[in-house]
Amino acid sequence: MSYVADVRALARKDLLLELRARDTLPAMLLFVVATFVVFHFSLPAHSSELAASGLLWVAIVFTALLGLGRAFVPEREQHVLDGLVLAPCDRSAIWLAKAIATLAFLAVAEVVALPVFALFFHGIGTATVAAVVLADLGICAVGTFLGAMAVATRARDLLLPLLFLPLAIPIVVGGVGASVVSAPERYLGFLALYDLLFGVLCWATFEYVVAEAQ
Amino acid sequence: MIKARKLGKRFGDKRVLRDVDLDVARGGFAVVTGPNGSGKTTLLRICAGLAAPSDGTVEIAVPRAAIGYLAHDPLVYRELTALENLELYGRLYRVPERRERIGMLLERFGLWEARHERVSAYSRGMTQRLALCRVLLHEPELLVLDEPYSALDTAGAELLDAQLAELRGERTLLVSTHDPARVETLATMCLAIA
Repeated sequence: MSYVADVRALARKDLLLELRARDTLPAMLLFVVATFVVFHFSLPAHSSELAASGLLWVAIVFTALLGLGRAFVPEREQHVLDGLVLAPCDRSAIWLAKAIATLAFLAVAEVVALPVFALFFHGIGTATVAAVVLADLGICAVGTFLGAMAVATRARDLLLPLLFLPLAIPIVVGGVGASVVSAPERYLGFLALYDLLFGVLCWATFEYVVAEAQ
Repeated sequence: MIKARKLGKRFGDKRVLRDVDLDVARGGFAVVTGPNGSGKTTLLRICAGLAAPSDGTVEIAVPRAAIGYLAHDPLVYRELTALENLELYGRLYRVPERRERIGMLLERFGLWEARHERVSAYSRGMTQRLALCRVLLHEPELLVLDEPYSALDTAGAELLDAQLAELRGERTLLVSTHDPARVETLATMCLAIA
């Protein structure tokens, strides 16, 4: 139970920081809506629904990247990560709490983004919504892990996209697949498997990312 | 409590610490002095368990839950209040009677009135006082303090003098400072690194 309490305390702190600073969620919202507006005017008038579905996933991945890039900024600015790493809690709790907070920001951005997409392009089915939910889990699990790795480096702004985008390709494949086929179960299963695999991997190895001395 | 042998640390080609031996007994008060860039902070980070040595060995006889580390940075969130920061650390360190302990520390370090203010509104000295509250919150057995007098005014420094005198003998202290005269009456050993 103490692990859950640690995660809750850390996630609450991240949500409180965003509520105070408001520098991640507004940027994500503005970015995703602006992206759809640009896509709306850049796509040919009679382009296919398939192309529009692809654009939805491009927008989701880059919006998430924007949030992930800021995930560890409060810790970096004051080197607070040292304080958290020294605390006797399981270090994976830091990752899980950060992933939950990032997931919350991404979910809020998508609550606005999906209706905007439907307005500009075409309606969104249940399979797409399910795929977005599953993709969000994987994006936040992997992205938060890589964000913690990148934050310790000088080239962090460059490193995060370089590491994250290749690992996001399976998410885009699964997401686009689930959005465009008539029987999306296989793609949804693929996304769930990705979440499970990378979730366990990140949870088990986060300790080595944040701790130099073992 | 701390036993280090032939301790060395390199960052790439740059060697910042070389062949340092250190023995601090339980209840000891060790002072580390040296010029800027001599590796004091690196030594303290290694002793706090935050960095691994490149050479040599170090043994710390307490778990990380029993270490209190004061860094150059206060290790608190600027957009949270003093109370919220200490609440967070209190939860993570599972401090018993957390509220009472936090209240007592904030009173002692003169931050009670400002407890609901965000740290971003604090002066550097107030932030250092808060950092000291954070370090002492879980009553650590081993205190590793990197330049604890930094940014403190006269009243703050006297407060810290009294706190260190109170802790002396009861806890193990490893303190780096540019002003060893300030703690020489308390220290049981002094390590000068070049």
